Formats: sequence, structure tokens, C-alpha cells
Amino acid sequence: MSEKVLMKGNEALSEAAIRAGCRHFFGYPITPSSEILEYLAFRLPQIGGTFLQSESEVAAINMVYGAAAAGARVMTASSSPGVSLMQEGISYAAAAELPCLVVNVTRASPGLGRIPPAQSDYWQATRGGGHGDYHLIVLAPFSVQEMADLTILAFDLADKYRNPAMILADGMLGQMMEPLEWGNQPQDPPVKEWSVSRTESRDRRLILAAPISDEGLLELNCHLVEKYARAREDEQRWQSYLVDDAETIVVAYGTAARISAEAIESLRKKGHRAGLIRPISLWPFPAKAFAGIETTAGSCLVVEMSSGQMVDDVRLAVNGRIPVRGMGLGGGWIPTPEMVEEEILKS
Amino acid sequence: MSTTNVERVLFERPQSLVALPFPYCPGCSHGIINRLVAEVVDSLGISERVVGVTSIGCSVRCWKHFTYDMVQAAHGRAPAVATGLRRVMPDRIIFTYQGDGDLAAIGTAEALHSAARGERITIFFVNNAIYGATGGQMAPTTLLGQKTSSSPYGRDPVAAGFPIRVAELLATLPAPGYIARVGVFDAANVNRARRAVQRAFEVQMEGKGFSLVEFLASCPTNLKMDPVKANEWVQKELQQYFPLGQFKSPEE
Ligand SMILES: Cc1ncc(C[n+]2csc(CCOP(=O)(O)OP(=O)(O)O)c2C)c(N)n1
Ligand code: SF4
Repeated sequence: MSEKVLMKGNEALSEAAIRAGCRHFFGYPITPSSEILEYLAFRLPQIGGTFLQSESEVAAINMVYGAAAAGARVMTASSSPGVSLMQEGISYAAAAELPCLVVNVTRASPGLGRIPPAQSDYWQATRGGGHGDYHLIVLAPFSVQEMADLTILAFDLADKYRNPAMILADGMLGQMMEPLEWGNQPQDPPVKEWSVSRTESRDRRLILAAPISDEGLLELNCHLVEKYARAREDEQRWQSYLVDDAETIVVAYGTAARISAEAIESLRKKGHRAGLIRPISLWPFPAKAFAGIETTAGSCLVVEMSSGQMVDDVRLAVNGRIPVRGMGLGGGWIPTPEMVEEEILKS
Repeated sequence: MSTTNVERVLFERPQSLVALPFPYCPGCSHGIINRLVAEVVDSLGISERVVGVTSIGCSVRCWKHFTYDMVQAAHGRAPAVATGLRRVMPDRIIFTYQGDGDLAAIGTAEALHSAARGERITIFFVNNAIYGATGGQMAPTTLLGQKTSSSPYGRDPVAAGFPIRVAELLATLPAPGYIARVGVFDAANVNRARRAVQRAFEVQMEGKGFSLVEFLASCPTNLKMDPVKANEWVQKELQQYFPLGQFKSPEE
């Protein structure tokens, strides 16, 4: 049974979290993510959930850690500087293998930045972000529909891998309104046998971010490597658009992918063969999408609203088979479809 | 004359302590305080309901010694972690165990705000006037003039400010149900401390909000004193700046 509504991206994401069974939110206000906090402050008490406005993002992520340890589906949402403050806690959650969702509706530029859309937190999101060898499962929506759908998926993947997951969006996706179709009610979240929740007498349980011994620490790290290898194999997600005969393959995610798709459609009408690979999972990066592209394509153009971050991953995936160029700038620069068209034609 | 052979157990390991020697230095108060928590959990019969949250400091591995569910928090964040646990599990009894660097420096905000919210958790706060785990640096509770590895000329209030009286500070807030400072430097005070631990748990169980017990504690290793001298220092010097007492209770 599906139902069509018109919704703002941040609100769609929040309502999707509720549909996914999330009943606990801890967070601190920051534009352009605050609608998530406000929406859940309004909705969660209606359905017996917990909304808590924390004293800081540092506190928020550690509350998330506690709620995840208790076996709940739990989330926080913030924007770039706030997500920077959460990094120690996210690293602890990765070490303790606590599933949770962190939403970053980014700001632009280092420092305080400002709120125009930007994609300059790609490195932070996909390289773990905090200290130690770990990864988040990072999903990048490009529509209001995906703000909702990928949120539900992110909770499922977090539980499947016992790992924090992240939705990486920007102010445009957060603020814009689009029609959205609610699919079937997702399945109930799994019961977490490892958590400290207790319904009956049992042995004690421990949630530890640091194992007992040096050997234990190595063991944990080997286990994480194995887990991330599984995720790399099974969870690469992307959309390929008009790539089969494309001479130039544009690679872009989120807002930059919307703009690039427009440029590609316009060029196609003029007889130029361009196509788009749109990574949906930023980690694991969809390297599989690039298998065999050299048979038709002469080059890749990476369009991002940063001074060039994802381009690194595209170069690794393409591995020198064809040239890879980047186009982009952080700080709130938004390319027009015409600018992308022009750049494609240079190849 | 009949001979009765009455054996009376005077001292034994609390049920909720694992049979493992404590990892602490000789004369360290952490062992006594760990034990007091375990004794009270036993006497209240709540071990199945308890969840402990450890902090970063010398007591980082106290989870090994308790028989309850335990969760390890980042440095200073135990009250936030406890808040998360609490909001998911309203029927559990939740405590944190934190040192003075952990609670009164890096984690001041989390401690203060969990108290301000009246979060239904209990904090056991170990004030030994020093950073134990990292080798005896100055803590927010280090006394004026006290020499530490990072205040080698003695704590100077011009450069380093004054020690923080956490119990008094938090007692200014309306929400906390119970706040007390106790010592563990002699038998009479250990008994008082045990009663405070019990009261703190009871306040939580009665739904009367946040509770905190601050322990004046001894770190002979970093005070560079033998255990007896270190204990005397806590009793004389530390207690002078940090008076024992009850600063907040539901009866008030
Ligand atoms: C973010 C962070 N900063 C610093 C440290 C290093 N560190 C570990 S324990 C500690 C201080 C512990 O002192 P205290 O809380 O007084 O506990 P004690 O060891 O005296 O029991 C510090 C600074 C850390 N683990 N994490
Ligand atoms: S260093 Fe100090 S606080 Fe740490 S175990 Fe030794 S005596 Fe106790």
C-alpha cells in the first residue's frame, strides 16, 4: 500500500526513521539539519519515543552510544561542525560495534562555514572520520524520496553489520520539498542478543570499546577488517544512467548528480554521448560500477561540490584505465547544468 | 560444658564482585569504593537490574570486577552514555563510576547537564585530587600549592584557578535528589560511605532523580607517599577543602 505526500527532505528523513522503528533521538540544533530535530521533538512524544536535546553534539553521540548499547534503534542528526565534534564517539561506537545512524546535512567550507549546499565532508564521512581504522556505512540520497528510503536502509545496514551508518546530505536536499511515496511498512528491527537489554535472567553482558588485552585488540581489528570486506563485497550501491554507450562518464552523487543528470540529458539531445554513474553508497564506494567502462568511455569527469574529494575514489576504481578529471569547489559553489555541459565537452 | 563450634563469617567477597584481585596500587581507594558498590548492590538484591558505566582512568577496567552488565564510555562521557541507557531501559538501575579528571574536567558538561535534567542515574565520583592513570598530572580537584607532574611548582591559582567542589556545585541545581561527599580513610567513614551508596541507589529506585556520591580518595602512587601517609593526607588536607556531608537529599 503506497501513499504519496509532499515533504521537505529533512522531514521525510525523520518520518522514515520512525517508520524504521527508531524511537530515540538525541541531538543539538544546527542549520541546515535542525528540522530533523524539530520534527522528531514533535513526533516522538506522540508515539512513546524519546526526544532529548543534548547539551552538545559530544553528549548527543554518547547518548546514542548508550541507547544503542541498550539495543534500541537510535539516531542523531547534525551538520558539519557538529559532526566533527561527534567523531570520538563515532569511533567508540565503531569499536564497540554499536549500530546507530548519524545524519550529516552538511554545511560548506571548513570552520563555521555557511549553509549553502556543499559536499566537502566526503573525506570525513568515507574515511571513518575519527581515529583508528574503521568505516561508516555512508549513503548519499539525491532526492526527497531517497532521503526517506536510504534512511530505512541505513538503519538496516547498521544492524546487519553492527556498525554506525551515516546519511550524507546537504542543505538543498534537506530543505527542498518533493513528492514522496511511502512504500510498505518496513519489518520490525531485529532483537539484539548482544545488547544489555534484559527481559529474563541471563549472564552478564559487556559493551566494550577496548578489549582486555593486546591480543584482543588485534582480534577486534581483524574482525573489523573482515566485516568491512564483507560490506565492500555486498553493499556497493549506485545508479548508472545512459552509460552503456557513453564516451564521457560523469561521476557525481547527491545534489551534484541531479545537476549532472540535467547536463547529460541536454547534451544527449544535441547528440553527445555522455552518461552518469551516481554512487549511492559512498562507503563502500561502488567500484564495481566502473568495471569495463573503458570499452566505450574515453574519460571520466567527477563533479562534486568540494575541491575534489570523491575524485580520489574514482581514480582508485578506474585505476588508470582511462583519464579521470575533477570539477568542483567547496564553500557553497553550485555548478549549473551549463557549466557541467561545457566541462564534458572539453573531454 | 558443651562445646559449640560456631563459625561466623566476618568478611567475604561480595557476590557481585568477580573472584579476581583488584588491579589497583597498594593503598588505592578505588578497591574500597568498588567493593562498597558491590556490597550495596548485594544487600539491595539488585544485581540483575544493575548496569554500570565505566569511565576512562585507573578504574577503566572495573567492568572486569563487577558481575553486572557493564558499558564502557569515552573519557568524560559516562553520564551521557548512562542517559542513553536510561532512556531505553526505564526499569534498570544505572550507575557511572568516574574519576575527577573524567568528571570534573573533560566531562563537566555531561555531569552538570545530567544532574540538571535530574537524569535518574547514580554517579560514583572518585576525587583523588590527581590524574591517576596518566601519571599524576594536575586535576580540577588538585589543591592549591599541591605539586603534581604538571604543576611541578605547586598549583598556582593565578595560572590554574581553584579546585572545583563538585558536590556543592551540583547541589545548587533543583533537580538532583541526593548528593553527598564521603571519605573512605577509616572504618567509621567507610561505614558512612556505604550508607551513602545505598541512599544514592535508593533515591534512583524511588524515582527521585539524579544522585551522586563523591568519595575523597587516596592515590599513594602519584602523591608519592606510602599508603598510610597518603590516607592521612586525604583525611587532613583534602578533607579541609572538600568537607564531608550531605548536600542534597529528598527529605530536604
Ligand atoms: C579524549 C581523551 N583525552 C585524554 C585521555 C587520557 N586520559 C586517560 S585517563 C585520564 C585521566 C584520568 O584521571 P581521573 O579521571 O582523575 O581518574 P584516576 O585515573 O585518577 O582514577 C586521561 C587524561 C583519554 N583517554 N581520552
Ligand atoms: S595510580 Fe593512583 S588512582 Fe591509579 S591505581 Fe594507583 S593509586 Fe589508584
